[in-house]
Amino acid sequence: MSTSAAIEVDGLRKAYGDHEAVRGVSFAVERGEVFGLLGPNGAGKTTTVEILEGYRTRDAGTVRVLGQDPGERPPALRERVGIVLQSSGTYPHLTVRETVSHWASLYARPRDVEDVIALAGLQEAADRRARTLSGGQARRLDFALALIGDPELIFLDEPTTGFDPAARRAAWDTVRTLRELGKTILLTTHYLDEAQALADRVAIVKDGRLLAEGAPGELGAGAARYRVAWRDGAGVAHERETDDPTGLLHELTGGALARGERLDELSVTRPSLEDVYLELTAEAIA
Amino acid sequence: MSEHALEGARTRPAEHAGPERWLGTAWRQFRIERKMFWRNPSAAFFNFLLPLLLLALFGAIFAGERAKLDVIVPGIAGMSVMSATFIALAYNVTLLRERGILKRLRGTPLPTSAWLGGVAANAVANTVLQLALVILAGHFVFGVAWPSDWLALIVFVGLGVVCFAALGVALAHAIPNFESAPAYVNAVFIPMILIAGVFYDEKSAPQVLRDAAEVLPLKHLIDGMSGAMVHHEGLADHGVALLVLALWAAVGLTLAIRGFSWEARRD
Repeated sequence: MSTSAAIEVDGLRKAYGDHEAVRGVSFAVERGEVFGLLGPNGAGKTTTVEILEGYRTRDAGTVRVLGQDPGERPPALRERVGIVLQSSGTYPHLTVRETVSHWASLYARPRDVEDVIALAGLQEAADRRARTLSGGQARRLDFALALIGDPELIFLDEPTTGFDPAARRAAWDTVRTLRELGKTILLTTHYLDEAQALADRVAIVKDGRLLAEGAPGELGAGAARYRVAWRDGAGVAHERETDDPTGLLHELTGGALARGERLDELSVTRPSLEDVYLELTAEAIA
Repeated sequence: MSEHALEGARTRPAEHAGPERWLGTAWRQFRIERKMFWRNPSAAFFNFLLPLLLLALFGAIFAGERAKLDVIVPGIAGMSVMSATFIALAYNVTLLRERGILKRLRGTPLPTSAWLGGVAANAVANTVLQLALVILAGHFVFGVAWPSDWLALIVFVGLGVVCFAALGVALAHAIPNFESAPAYVNAVFIPMILIAGVFYDEKSAPQVLRDAAEVLPLKHLIDGMSGAMVHHEGLADHGVALLVLALWAAVGLTLAIRGFSWEARRD
């Protein structure tokens, strides 16, 4: 692990009574990186993130966030970290601008209130009371409040769960903007496409353990299996997995040409993050 | 859930802890609490209307009966102290916790003590406004004399505020969700005002209720306030009342701090 990593987690464990929510998780997030913790509900993602945020104590392991131990809740760390929780409200009777401005007053060196409102895409709603906001707008306000302290590191816990597609795209754009600003982002999600679209690196979590870690495009590359699908002359669909697509294609196309047939809908695909994810997380069903 | 209990309290201030910054933060919290209070006009209205309404009703019932009015006016003043602190904080803390606002605030550099200071100052402001209304109405409408011992009144109200504010925060920890808050609050508040002699001279109540009232704080607050308001009695005449209130304040503060939980329960 490099000493400049924004987050370092080693051998992290946490149990609630008999239930072991996190069972020895280790990973590192580099500065400026978008790191995705991907896994089904109940995998231990939120527990892990809430330990990093300083909300929960850990049972074992070491944790460093921007070089400090969040378990000690150092105030200086909270100046440098922004948090978007899975679900959390705001004061219903304050307007968006008043809320952002009040939160700005909690930080020593806040960003400009109007800039943050614009960054979160809330200009139109700036004078509306929080209780009248739509779900998507309330989520934008969550982003705004996480950004107002000008954090180096931002935690996003399931930022788009329950969103309609348009609101998800908007949230994704905000995350990309944050990345361009050089922020480090730790994102949890149970949506594959979200991890694929946003994260530089992804760790797949299940039952409190990390099952795989890597860039979304590379995860599964190690599996080195290609899926070849086609429809034969009789219109029957076939699908085969192979380590050697060149040989298989040669065999298939050679045979088809010899018989004077066409291979309709011929495709060769590499395993996607989705395939890797399903394979890794579906052992209970298999 | 004890793992989140005020974990931060011991390591908190240090770096930002300049007293001006703390005061500034508490002051801004107070200002925003006041703003939010007035933004919810029906709640604000009833907050002040209820004691006046009760005063008007009982004033009409006991019109001209000086002795009974001298019981009612300090009784309603004491009840106002309890409702502006105990009820308001039990609701407020439960609501903030269940809505996740407390958890969100805990992720910021806001010092817990500065936040609590602002929230408590808001309750004090409402107490002072309510008391002023009750004392003014008592004097000008029902002819009750001005308080005879202002120092004793201020000490009792101050101690009552600390005691009931702390008990309100402590009760919030016992309330499992916001929907059940009225049931919990009323289960404590209504019996307490009935046995404490808010609406009648408690000497006419059965012994068992009088004993219960002796153990609880509200009766002692009302005794002290009524001594200061109508009976020309000072602090020296109500040593026991001060002691009981101080004990309850200590119990309330301990429960409020030890049990403090930042998060809604996960079931």
